[in-house]
Amino acid sequence: MDAASAEISFVPASDQSLLLQVGTEITPAAGALVAKLVRALEQQPFDGMRDLNPAYCSLLVKFDGLRLTHAAVEASLRALFAHASEIESIAVQKVEIPVLYGGEFGPDLDDVAALHGLTPAEVVRLHSEAEYTVSFLGFVPGFAYLGGLSDSIATPRLPSPRKRVPPGSVAIGGNQTGVYPFPTPGGWRIIGRTPLAMFEADRDPPSLLGIGDRVRFVPITEKEVEPWR
Amino acid sequence: MAVIQVQSPGLQTTVQDLGRHGYGPLGVSPSGAADPLSLRIGNRLLGNPESAAAVEMTLMGGAYLFPDGATAALTGSNFDATLDGQPIEMWTAFAIRPGQVLKLPHTRTGARCYLCVHGGVVVPMLLGSASTHLLSGLGGVEGRALRKGDVLTIGAESSRRNGRVDPRFLSALVPGRTLTDTVANLLRVTTGPQAQRFSASSESFYGGLYTVTEEANRTGIRLEGPPIEDPAKGHMITEGVCLGAIQVPAGGQPIILHVEQQTAGGYPKIANIIAADLASLGQLRPRDSIRFSPVTLETAIALLREQEQFLQSEEWILE
Repeated sequence: MDAASAEISFVPASDQSLLLQVGTEITPAAGALVAKLVRALEQQPFDGMRDLNPAYCSLLVKFDGLRLTHAAVEASLRALFAHASEIESIAVQKVEIPVLYGGEFGPDLDDVAALHGLTPAEVVRLHSEAEYTVSFLGFVPGFAYLGGLSDSIATPRLPSPRKRVPPGSVAIGGNQTGVYPFPTPGGWRIIGRTPLAMFEADRDPPSLLGIGDRVRFVPITEKEVEPWR
Repeated sequence: MAVIQVQSPGLQTTVQDLGRHGYGPLGVSPSGAADPLSLRIGNRLLGNPESAAAVEMTLMGGAYLFPDGATAALTGSNFDATLDGQPIEMWTAFAIRPGQVLKLPHTRTGARCYLCVHGGVVVPMLLGSASTHLLSGLGGVEGRALRKGDVLTIGAESSRRNGRVDPRFLSALVPGRTLTDTVANLLRVTTGPQAQRFSASSESFYGGLYTVTEEANRTGIRLEGPPIEDPAKGHMITEGVCLGAIQVPAGGQPIILHVEQQTAGGYPKIANIIAADLASLGQLRPRDSIRFSPVTLETAIALLREQEQFLQSEEWILE
Protein backbone atom coordinates (compact mmCIF):
# COMPACT_ATOMS: atom_id res chain seq x y z
CA MET A 1 0.00 0.00 0.00
CA ASP A 2 1.41 3.38 -0.86
CA ALA A 3 0.13 6.80 0.01
CA ALA A 4 -1.97 6.99 -3.14
CA SER A 5 -3.95 3.80 -2.55
CA ALA A 6 -4.28 3.93 1.21
CA GLU A 7 -7.61 5.00 2.65
CA ILE A 8 -7.02 7.05 5.74
CA SER A 9 -9.57 8.47 8.09
CA PHE A 10 -9.50 10.45 11.28
CA VAL A 11 -11.66 10.38 14.39
CA PRO A 12 -11.13 12.28 17.66
CA ALA A 13 -10.45 9.78 20.45
CA SER A 14 -10.49 12.37 23.23
CA ASP A 15 -10.21 16.15 23.63
CA GLN A 16 -6.45 15.88 23.26
CA SER A 17 -5.98 12.97 20.87
CA LEU A 18 -6.77 12.02 17.30
CA LEU A 19 -6.99 8.49 15.91
CA LEU A 20 -5.61 8.00 12.41
CA GLN A 21 -6.93 4.85 10.76
CA VAL A 22 -5.26 3.26 7.74
CA GLY A 23 -7.91 1.19 5.99
CA THR A 24 -10.21 -1.06 7.97
CA GLU A 25 -8.26 -4.30 8.15
CA ILE A 26 -4.97 -5.69 9.36
CA THR A 27 -2.64 -5.93 6.39
CA PRO A 28 1.17 -5.94 6.20
CA ALA A 29 0.97 -2.82 4.04
CA ALA A 30 -1.14 -0.90 6.57
CA GLY A 31 1.26 -1.97 9.31
CA ALA A 32 4.27 -0.83 7.30
CA LEU A 33 2.63 2.54 6.72
CA VAL A 34 1.87 3.00 10.43
CA ALA A 35 5.48 2.10 11.25
CA LYS A 36 6.71 4.62 8.70
CA LEU A 37 4.51 7.40 10.11
CA VAL A 38 5.68 6.63 13.66
CA ARG A 39 9.35 6.80 12.69
CA ALA A 40 8.78 10.02 10.73
CA LEU A 41 6.90 11.68 13.62
CA GLU A 42 9.50 10.52 16.12
CA GLN A 43 12.22 12.11 14.04
CA GLN A 44 10.27 15.29 13.35
CA PRO A 45 7.56 15.76 15.93
CA PHE A 46 5.21 18.69 15.32
CA ASP A 47 4.96 21.39 17.99
CA GLY A 48 2.54 20.29 20.67
CA MET A 49 2.77 16.57 19.92
CA ARG A 50 2.85 14.52 23.13
CA ASP A 51 2.81 10.84 22.35
CA LEU A 52 2.06 8.20 19.72
CA ASN A 53 0.26 4.92 20.30
CA PRO A 54 0.50 2.80 17.16
CA ALA A 55 -1.45 -0.40 16.55
CA TYR A 56 -2.02 -2.74 13.56
CA CYS A 57 -3.60 -0.26 11.17
CA SER A 58 -4.02 2.88 13.24
CA LEU A 59 -2.07 5.50 15.10
CA LEU A 60 -3.34 7.42 18.11
CA VAL A 61 -1.71 10.85 18.22
CA LYS A 62 -1.81 12.67 21.55
CA PHE A 63 -1.29 16.41 21.62
CA ASP A 64 -1.57 19.56 23.72
CA GLY A 65 -5.16 20.68 23.23
CA LEU A 66 -4.34 24.19 24.43
CA ARG A 67 -2.01 24.71 21.49
CA LEU A 68 -3.58 22.63 18.75
CA THR A 69 -7.02 21.72 17.46
CA HIS A 70 -7.96 18.34 16.05
CA ALA A 71 -8.28 19.97 12.64
CA ALA A 72 -4.73 21.34 12.83
CA VAL A 73 -3.32 17.98 13.85
CA GLU A 74 -5.26 16.26 11.08
CA ALA A 75 -3.85 18.76 8.58
CA SER A 76 -0.26 18.09 9.61
CA LEU A 77 -0.80 14.34 9.52
CA ARG A 78 -2.41 14.57 6.08
CA ALA A 79 0.54 16.63 4.87
CA LEU A 80 2.96 14.05 6.24
CA PHE A 81 0.88 11.30 4.71
CA ALA A 82 0.85 12.94 1.29
CA HIS A 83 4.62 12.70 1.33
CA ALA A 84 4.69 9.23 2.86
CA SER A 85 6.21 7.76 -0.30
CA GLU A 86 9.12 10.17 0.10
CA ILE A 87 9.79 9.15 3.68
CA GLU A 88 12.75 6.86 3.53
CA SER A 89 11.90 3.31 4.29
CA ILE A 90 12.57 2.81 7.94
CA ALA A 91 15.73 1.05 8.96
CA VAL A 92 14.41 -2.20 10.36
CA GLN A 93 16.52 -4.33 12.63
CA LYS A 94 16.68 -8.06 12.15
CA VAL A 95 16.64 -9.59 15.59
CA GLU A 96 17.25 -13.21 16.54
CA ILE A 97 15.71 -14.35 19.80
CA PRO A 98 17.12 -17.53 21.34
CA VAL A 99 14.39 -19.72 22.83
CA LEU A 100 14.42 -22.70 25.12
CA TYR A 101 11.25 -24.48 23.96
CA GLY A 102 9.07 -26.77 26.06
CA GLY A 103 9.57 -28.33 29.47
CA GLU A 104 9.32 -26.06 32.47
CA PHE A 105 9.97 -23.04 30.24
CA GLY A 106 7.16 -23.83 27.80
CA PRO A 107 4.39 -25.41 29.85
CA ASP A 108 1.79 -25.09 27.04
CA LEU A 109 3.91 -26.53 24.20
CA ASP A 110 2.43 -30.02 24.48
CA ASP A 111 -1.13 -28.67 24.58
CA VAL A 112 -0.55 -26.47 21.53
CA ALA A 113 0.85 -29.49 19.67
CA ALA A 114 -2.06 -31.71 20.72
CA LEU A 115 -4.67 -29.10 19.70
CA HIS A 116 -3.27 -29.14 16.16
CA GLY A 117 -2.46 -32.86 15.95
CA LEU A 118 1.25 -32.05 15.74
CA THR A 119 4.27 -33.18 17.71
CA PRO A 120 5.94 -30.61 19.98
CA ALA A 121 8.98 -30.75 17.71
CA GLU A 122 6.81 -29.77 14.72
CA VAL A 123 5.41 -26.79 16.64
CA VAL A 124 8.96 -25.69 17.46
CA ARG A 125 9.97 -26.05 13.82
CA LEU A 126 6.97 -24.06 12.56
CA HIS A 127 7.45 -21.36 15.21
CA SER A 128 11.18 -20.97 14.59
CA GLU A 129 11.28 -21.14 10.80
CA ALA A 130 9.01 -18.15 10.19
CA GLU A 131 10.12 -14.53 10.03
CA TYR A 132 7.90 -12.22 12.07
CA THR A 133 7.24 -8.50 11.85
CA VAL A 134 6.69 -6.29 14.87
CA SER A 135 3.19 -4.88 14.30
CA PHE A 136 3.49 -2.57 17.31
CA LEU A 137 4.44 -2.54 20.98
CA GLY A 138 1.80 -2.41 23.67
CA PHE A 139 0.25 -4.23 26.63
CA VAL A 140 3.33 -3.43 28.72
CA PRO A 141 6.62 -1.68 27.85
CA GLY A 142 8.58 -3.72 25.30
CA PHE A 143 5.80 -6.23 24.50
CA ALA A 144 5.90 -6.66 20.71
CA TYR A 145 2.88 -8.02 18.87
CA LEU A 146 4.46 -10.20 16.19
CA GLY A 147 2.62 -10.94 12.96
CA GLY A 148 3.52 -13.83 10.65
CA LEU A 149 2.65 -16.88 12.74
CA SER A 150 1.92 -20.03 10.74
CA ASP A 151 -1.83 -20.75 10.65
CA SER A 152 -0.97 -24.34 11.56
CA ILE A 153 -0.05 -23.30 15.10
CA ALA A 154 -2.40 -20.36 15.66
CA THR A 155 -4.03 -21.18 19.00
CA PRO A 156 -6.74 -19.47 21.04
CA ARG A 157 -5.75 -17.89 24.34
CA LEU A 158 -6.09 -19.83 27.58
CA PRO A 159 -9.67 -19.88 28.92
CA SER A 160 -8.47 -18.01 31.99
CA PRO A 161 -5.24 -16.03 32.05
CA ARG A 162 -2.32 -16.88 34.33
CA LYS A 163 -1.87 -14.47 37.22
CA ARG A 164 1.86 -14.26 36.64
CA VAL A 165 3.79 -15.13 33.50
CA PRO A 166 7.58 -15.40 33.96
CA PRO A 167 9.49 -12.67 32.08
CA GLY A 168 11.00 -13.91 28.82
CA SER A 169 8.08 -16.27 28.18
CA VAL A 170 7.55 -16.85 24.45
CA ALA A 171 3.88 -17.33 23.77
CA ILE A 172 1.15 -17.75 21.15
CA GLY A 173 -2.12 -15.80 21.35
CA GLY A 174 -4.47 -16.39 18.42
CA ASN A 175 -2.54 -15.82 15.21
CA GLN A 176 0.15 -13.81 16.93
CA THR A 177 3.23 -14.54 18.96
CA GLY A 178 5.20 -12.47 21.42
CA VAL A 179 7.56 -12.40 24.38
CA TYR A 180 6.44 -11.25 27.85
CA PRO A 181 9.00 -8.66 29.07
CA PHE A 182 7.78 -8.50 32.69
CA PRO A 183 6.14 -10.78 35.21
CA THR A 184 2.55 -9.82 34.40
CA PRO A 185 -0.79 -11.59 34.12
CA GLY A 186 -1.16 -13.17 30.68
CA GLY A 187 -3.48 -15.43 28.70
CA TRP A 188 -1.27 -16.45 25.79
CA ARG A 189 0.00 -20.04 25.53
CA ILE A 190 3.59 -20.27 26.70
CA ILE A 191 5.76 -22.48 24.51
CA GLY A 192 9.25 -21.44 25.59
CA ARG A 193 11.45 -18.85 27.23
CA THR A 194 14.24 -16.54 26.11
CA PRO A 195 17.10 -15.40 28.32
CA LEU A 196 17.13 -12.02 26.52
CA ALA A 197 15.85 -8.94 28.34
CA MET A 198 13.07 -7.50 26.17
CA PHE A 199 13.02 -4.16 28.01
CA GLU A 200 15.76 -2.60 30.13
CA ALA A 201 15.22 0.90 31.37
CA ASP A 202 18.91 1.89 31.33
CA ARG A 203 19.56 0.55 27.84
CA ASP A 204 19.31 2.78 24.76
CA PRO A 205 16.88 2.06 23.26
CA PRO A 206 15.29 0.37 26.26
CA SER A 207 13.19 -1.97 24.13
CA LEU A 208 14.92 -4.82 22.28
CA LEU A 209 12.31 -4.56 19.51
CA GLY A 210 10.86 -1.57 17.68
CA ILE A 211 7.88 -1.20 15.37
CA GLY A 212 8.53 -2.76 11.96
CA ASP A 213 11.49 -4.89 13.11
CA ARG A 214 11.92 -8.45 11.76
CA VAL A 215 12.23 -11.25 14.25
CA ARG A 216 13.30 -14.89 14.17
CA PHE A 217 13.23 -17.36 17.05
CA VAL A 218 16.22 -19.67 17.35
CA PRO A 219 15.87 -22.89 19.37
CA ILE A 220 18.60 -23.38 21.96
CA THR A 221 19.37 -26.06 24.50
CA GLU A 222 19.51 -25.73 28.26
CA LYS A 223 23.31 -26.05 28.06
CA GLU A 224 23.46 -22.96 25.87
CA VAL A 225 21.40 -21.03 28.41
CA GLU A 226 23.91 -21.61 31.22
CA PRO A 227 26.12 -18.64 30.30
CA TRP A 228 23.02 -16.39 30.48
CA ARG A 229 22.12 -17.28 34.03
CA MET B 1 20.88 14.65 52.56
CA ALA B 2 17.41 14.83 54.11
CA VAL B 3 15.26 11.73 53.91
CA ILE B 4 11.80 10.33 54.62
CA GLN B 5 11.67 6.98 56.40
CA VAL B 6 8.65 4.82 55.69
CA GLN B 7 7.40 3.43 59.00
CA SER B 8 4.23 2.03 57.53
CA PRO B 9 3.40 2.31 53.82
CA GLY B 10 -0.40 2.51 53.75
CA LEU B 11 -2.44 0.63 51.17
CA GLN B 12 -0.67 1.55 47.94
CA THR B 13 1.85 4.34 48.20
CA THR B 14 4.04 5.23 45.24
CA VAL B 15 6.35 7.97 44.02
CA GLN B 16 4.73 9.91 41.17
CA ASP B 17 5.35 12.99 39.08
CA LEU B 18 3.46 14.16 35.99
CA GLY B 19 4.32 11.00 34.03
CA ARG B 20 6.49 9.77 31.24
CA HIS B 21 5.32 11.05 27.88
CA GLY B 22 6.51 10.18 24.40
CA TYR B 23 7.29 6.49 24.82
CA GLY B 24 4.00 5.10 23.50
CA PRO B 25 5.78 3.51 20.50
CA LEU B 26 7.68 1.34 23.01
CA GLY B 27 4.44 0.31 24.71
CA VAL B 28 5.07 2.61 27.68
CA SER B 29 2.00 4.42 29.01
CA PRO B 30 2.61 7.69 30.86
CA SER B 31 1.69 6.64 34.43
CA GLY B 32 2.12 9.66 36.73
CA ALA B 33 -0.07 11.13 39.47
CA ALA B 34 -3.67 9.87 39.30
CA ASP B 35 -4.77 13.35 40.38
CA PRO B 36 -2.21 15.55 38.63
CA LEU B 37 -3.98 18.75 39.64
CA SER B 38 -3.46 18.11 43.36
CA LEU B 39 0.22 17.28 42.75
CA ARG B 40 0.70 20.51 40.79
CA ILE B 41 -1.05 22.57 43.44
CA GLY B 42 1.11 21.01 46.17
CA ASN B 43 4.28 21.77 44.27
CA ARG B 44 3.18 25.34 43.58
CA LEU B 45 2.45 25.89 47.27
CA LEU B 46 6.06 24.95 48.00
CA GLY B 47 7.61 26.79 45.05
CA ASN B 48 8.76 23.52 43.47
CA PRO B 49 8.68 22.93 39.73
CA GLU B 50 5.13 21.63 39.31
CA SER B 51 6.43 18.35 37.92
CA ALA B 52 8.47 17.59 41.06
CA ALA B 53 7.91 14.06 42.34
CA ALA B 54 5.81 13.45 45.45
CA VAL B 55 4.39 10.57 47.44
CA GLU B 56 0.94 9.41 46.24
CA MET B 57 -1.13 7.60 48.87
CA THR B 58 -4.29 5.60 48.23
CA LEU B 59 -7.18 5.35 50.74
CA MET B 60 -4.80 4.62 53.65
CA GLY B 61 -1.68 6.72 53.99
CA GLY B 62 0.67 5.18 56.56
CA ALA B 63 3.35 6.79 58.75
CA TYR B 64 6.49 8.64 57.79
CA LEU B 65 9.46 9.71 59.93
CA PHE B 66 11.44 12.82 58.96
CA PRO B 67 14.80 12.43 60.78
CA ASP B 68 16.09 15.71 59.31
CA GLY B 69 12.82 17.63 59.11
CA ALA B 70 11.30 19.10 55.95
CA THR B 71 8.75 21.57 54.64
CA ALA B 72 5.76 19.78 53.21
CA ALA B 73 2.21 20.19 51.91
CA LEU B 74 -0.65 17.71 51.72
CA THR B 75 -3.08 17.98 48.81
CA GLY B 76 -5.85 15.89 47.29
CA SER B 77 -8.05 13.79 49.52
CA ASN B 78 -8.08 14.46 53.28
CA PHE B 79 -6.49 11.54 55.16
CA ASP B 80 -6.87 13.14 58.63
CA ALA B 81 -3.13 13.68 58.86
CA THR B 82 -1.36 14.36 62.14
CA LEU B 83 2.20 15.44 62.90
CA ASP B 84 3.32 14.01 66.24
CA GLY B 85 -0.38 13.76 67.07
CA GLN B 86 -1.33 17.33 66.07
CA PRO B 87 -3.84 17.70 63.20
CA ILE B 88 -2.36 19.04 59.98
CA GLU B 89 -4.17 21.44 57.67
CA MET B 90 -4.58 20.27 54.07
CA TRP B 91 -3.55 22.49 51.12
CA THR B 92 -1.09 24.40 53.33
CA ALA B 93 2.71 24.32 53.54
CA PHE B 94 3.88 23.27 57.00
CA ALA B 95 7.21 22.73 58.73
CA ILE B 96 8.27 19.32 60.01
CA ARG B 97 10.92 19.39 62.72
CA PRO B 98 13.68 16.77 62.76
CA GLY B 99 12.40 13.50 64.25
CA GLN B 100 8.71 14.20 63.79
CA VAL B 101 6.33 11.56 62.46
CA LEU B 102 3.58 12.30 59.95
CA LYS B 103 0.65 9.91 60.13
CA LEU B 104 -2.09 9.66 57.53
CA PRO B 105 -4.67 7.14 58.71
CA HIS B 106 -7.30 7.06 55.96
CA THR B 107 -9.78 9.06 53.98
CA ARG B 108 -13.56 9.18 54.02
CA THR B 109 -13.98 10.97 50.70
CA GLY B 110 -11.83 10.75 47.62
CA ALA B 111 -8.99 8.31 47.11
CA ARG B 112 -5.58 9.93 46.87
CA CYS B 113 -3.47 12.27 48.94
CA TYR B 114 -0.17 13.80 47.85
CA LEU B 115 2.71 14.43 50.22
CA CYS B 116 4.81 17.10 48.55
CA VAL B 117 8.09 18.34 50.04
CA HIS B 118 10.35 21.32 49.44
CA GLY B 119 12.85 20.07 46.86
CA GLY B 120 10.66 17.12 45.80
CA VAL B 121 11.24 13.40 46.29
CA VAL B 122 14.29 12.16 44.42
CA VAL B 123 14.44 8.73 42.77
CA PRO B 124 16.42 7.58 39.71
CA MET B 125 14.79 9.06 36.61
CA LEU B 126 13.56 6.54 34.06
CA LEU B 127 12.81 7.77 30.54
CA GLY B 128 12.58 11.29 31.88
CA SER B 129 10.23 10.62 34.79
CA ALA B 130 10.24 9.58 38.44
CA SER B 131 6.79 7.98 38.16
CA THR B 132 6.21 4.43 39.32
CA HIS B 133 4.58 2.08 36.78
CA LEU B 134 3.37 -0.78 38.95
CA LEU B 135 2.24 -3.20 36.25
CA SER B 136 5.66 -3.36 34.61
CA GLY B 137 7.64 -2.71 37.80
CA LEU B 138 9.37 0.36 36.38
CA GLY B 139 10.27 3.76 37.82
CA GLY B 140 9.84 5.18 41.32
CA VAL B 141 11.35 3.01 44.05
CA GLU B 142 12.25 -0.27 42.33
CA GLY B 143 9.06 -0.07 40.30
CA ARG B 144 6.89 -0.96 43.28
CA ALA B 145 4.72 0.47 46.01
CA LEU B 146 6.60 1.66 49.09
CA ARG B 147 7.32 -0.78 51.92
CA LYS B 148 8.10 -0.40 55.58
CA GLY B 149 11.77 0.54 55.93
CA ASP B 150 12.10 2.31 52.56
CA VAL B 151 14.07 5.54 52.69
CA LEU B 152 13.22 8.33 50.26
CA THR B 153 15.65 11.12 49.49
CA ILE B 154 14.42 14.70 49.58
CA GLY B 155 15.86 16.95 46.87
CA ALA B 156 18.11 19.91 47.51
CA GLU B 157 15.93 22.72 48.79
CA SER B 158 16.03 25.21 45.98
CA SER B 159 12.49 26.30 46.63
CA ARG B 160 11.44 28.53 49.49
CA ARG B 161 7.75 29.19 49.18
CA ASN B 162 5.34 28.43 52.04
CA GLY B 163 1.93 28.99 50.56
CA ARG B 164 -1.58 27.86 51.34
CA VAL B 165 -4.68 27.66 49.22
CA ASP B 166 -7.11 30.49 49.86
CA PRO B 167 -10.15 28.56 51.15
CA ARG B 168 -12.45 30.69 49.01
CA PHE B 169 -10.91 29.17 45.89
CA LEU B 170 -10.64 25.57 47.00
CA SER B 171 -13.85 24.43 45.33
CA ALA B 172 -12.91 26.21 42.11
CA LEU B 173 -9.59 24.37 42.03
CA VAL B 174 -11.08 20.96 42.43
CA PRO B 175 -13.89 20.68 39.87
CA GLY B 176 -16.09 17.60 40.08
CA ARG B 177 -14.88 16.76 43.53
CA THR B 178 -17.12 19.47 44.94
CA LEU B 179 -20.06 17.31 43.94
CA THR B 180 -18.84 14.37 46.02
CA ASP B 181 -21.36 15.00 48.75
CA THR B 182 -24.36 15.17 46.45
CA VAL B 183 -25.80 12.21 44.58
CA ALA B 184 -22.93 11.58 42.24
CA ASN B 185 -19.59 12.73 40.93
CA LEU B 186 -20.10 14.32 37.56
CA LEU B 187 -17.57 13.41 34.90
CA ARG B 188 -17.74 15.27 31.62
CA VAL B 189 -16.92 13.36 28.46
CA THR B 190 -16.45 13.76 24.73
CA THR B 191 -17.50 11.01 22.33
CA GLY B 192 -15.17 8.06 21.84
CA PRO B 193 -13.99 6.66 18.50
CA GLN B 194 -16.71 3.95 18.48
CA ALA B 195 -19.47 6.17 19.94
CA GLN B 196 -21.64 5.77 16.85
CA ARG B 197 -22.24 2.08 17.32
CA PHE B 198 -23.61 2.79 20.79
CA SER B 199 -26.20 5.33 19.66
CA ALA B 200 -29.07 3.09 20.81
CA SER B 201 -27.56 2.88 24.30
CA SER B 202 -26.49 6.47 24.71
CA GLU B 203 -29.59 7.31 26.73
CA SER B 204 -28.91 4.67 29.36
CA PHE B 205 -25.22 5.63 29.43
CA TYR B 206 -25.80 9.35 29.87
CA GLY B 207 -28.92 8.99 31.99
CA GLY B 208 -27.58 6.23 34.19
CA LEU B 209 -25.91 6.21 37.56
CA TYR B 210 -22.73 4.12 37.67
CA THR B 211 -20.99 2.78 40.74
CA VAL B 212 -17.23 2.36 41.10
CA THR B 213 -16.53 -1.31 41.92
CA GLU B 214 -13.74 -2.71 44.11
CA GLU B 215 -11.81 -3.26 40.89
CA ALA B 216 -10.46 0.26 40.73
CA ASN B 217 -6.75 0.87 40.47
CA ARG B 218 -4.15 2.82 38.53
CA THR B 219 -4.71 0.65 35.43
CA GLY B 220 -8.47 0.90 35.18
CA ILE B 221 -11.70 1.58 37.01
CA ARG B 222 -14.46 -0.96 36.53
CA LEU B 223 -18.01 0.40 36.85
CA GLU B 224 -21.39 -1.15 37.49
CA GLY B 225 -24.61 0.31 36.21
CA PRO B 226 -27.05 0.22 33.31
CA PRO B 227 -25.46 -2.14 30.75
CA ILE B 228 -24.46 -0.62 27.43
CA GLU B 229 -25.35 -2.77 24.47
CA ASP B 230 -22.87 -3.14 21.65
CA PRO B 231 -24.65 -4.25 18.46
CA ALA B 232 -21.26 -5.17 16.96
CA LYS B 233 -20.63 -7.53 19.91
CA GLY B 234 -17.27 -6.07 20.80
CA HIS B 235 -15.77 -6.80 17.42
CA MET B 236 -13.03 -4.35 16.48
CA ILE B 237 -9.33 -4.18 15.66
CA THR B 238 -7.05 -3.30 18.58
CA GLU B 239 -6.08 0.38 18.46
CA GLY B 240 -4.24 2.96 20.55
CA VAL B 241 -6.05 4.08 23.69
CA CYS B 242 -5.58 6.92 26.14
CA LEU B 243 -6.21 7.96 29.71
CA GLY B 244 -9.90 8.41 30.51
CA ALA B 245 -11.18 6.22 27.66
CA ILE B 246 -14.45 4.49 28.58
CA GLN B 247 -14.29 0.97 27.20
CA VAL B 248 -17.31 -1.26 26.83
CA PRO B 249 -16.39 -4.94 27.01
CA ALA B 250 -18.84 -7.78 26.38
CA GLY B 251 -21.41 -7.64 29.15
CA GLY B 252 -21.76 -3.90 28.77
CA GLN B 253 -20.28 -2.77 32.10
CA PRO B 254 -17.85 0.06 31.32
CA ILE B 255 -14.20 0.32 32.34
CA ILE B 256 -12.45 3.69 32.52
CA LEU B 257 -8.78 3.49 31.56
CA HIS B 258 -6.55 5.01 34.19
CA VAL B 259 -2.97 6.35 34.31
CA GLU B 260 -1.24 3.00 33.88
CA GLN B 261 -3.44 1.88 30.98
CA GLN B 262 -2.11 -0.30 28.21
CA THR B 263 -1.12 1.74 25.17
CA ALA B 264 -3.54 -0.20 22.94
CA GLY B 265 -6.75 -2.10 23.53
CA GLY B 266 -9.37 -4.09 21.68
CA TYR B 267 -12.59 -2.95 23.34
CA PRO B 268 -14.83 -0.32 21.75
CA LYS B 269 -14.91 3.08 23.45
CA ILE B 270 -18.13 4.99 23.90
CA ALA B 271 -16.63 8.16 25.38
CA ASN B 272 -13.54 9.73 26.95
CA ILE B 273 -13.30 11.79 30.14
CA ILE B 274 -12.27 15.37 29.33
CA ALA B 275 -8.79 16.52 30.34
CA ALA B 276 -10.18 19.04 32.82
CA ASP B 277 -11.87 16.20 34.77
CA LEU B 278 -8.99 13.71 34.85
CA ALA B 279 -8.01 14.90 38.33
CA SER B 280 -11.50 14.01 39.56
CA LEU B 281 -11.09 10.55 38.02
CA GLY B 282 -8.01 10.05 40.21
CA GLN B 283 -10.13 10.68 43.30
CA LEU B 284 -12.80 8.05 42.61
CA ARG B 285 -13.07 5.29 45.20
CA PRO B 286 -15.04 2.06 45.35
CA ARG B 287 -18.80 2.61 45.84
CA ASP B 288 -18.67 6.20 44.55
CA SER B 289 -21.53 7.01 42.20
CA ILE B 290 -20.84 8.77 38.95
CA ARG B 291 -22.76 10.26 36.09
CA PHE B 292 -21.44 11.11 32.64
CA SER B 293 -22.29 14.37 30.96
CA PRO B 294 -21.50 14.93 27.27
CA VAL B 295 -19.73 18.09 26.11
CA THR B 296 -18.31 19.14 22.76
CA LEU B 297 -14.57 19.11 22.03
CA GLU B 298 -14.65 22.91 22.03
CA THR B 299 -16.24 23.02 25.47
CA ALA B 300 -13.77 20.45 26.78
CA ILE B 301 -10.83 22.55 25.66
CA ALA B 302 -12.42 25.76 26.96
CA LEU B 303 -12.81 24.11 30.37
CA LEU B 304 -9.20 22.94 30.28
CA ARG B 305 -8.00 26.42 29.32
CA GLU B 306 -9.99 27.97 32.14
CA GLN B 307 -8.54 25.45 34.62
CA GLU B 308 -4.97 26.03 33.41
CA GLN B 309 -5.26 29.81 33.44
CA PHE B 310 -6.65 29.79 36.94
CA LEU B 311 -3.93 27.42 38.16
CA GLN B 312 -1.21 29.50 36.59
CA SER B 313 -2.64 32.79 37.86
CA GLU B 314 -1.82 31.66 41.40
CA GLU B 315 -4.40 34.14 42.69
CA TRP B 316 -5.54 31.22 44.86
CA ILE B 317 -2.28 31.11 46.83
CA LEU B 318 -1.93 32.95 50.13
CA GLU B 319 1.68 33.36 51.22
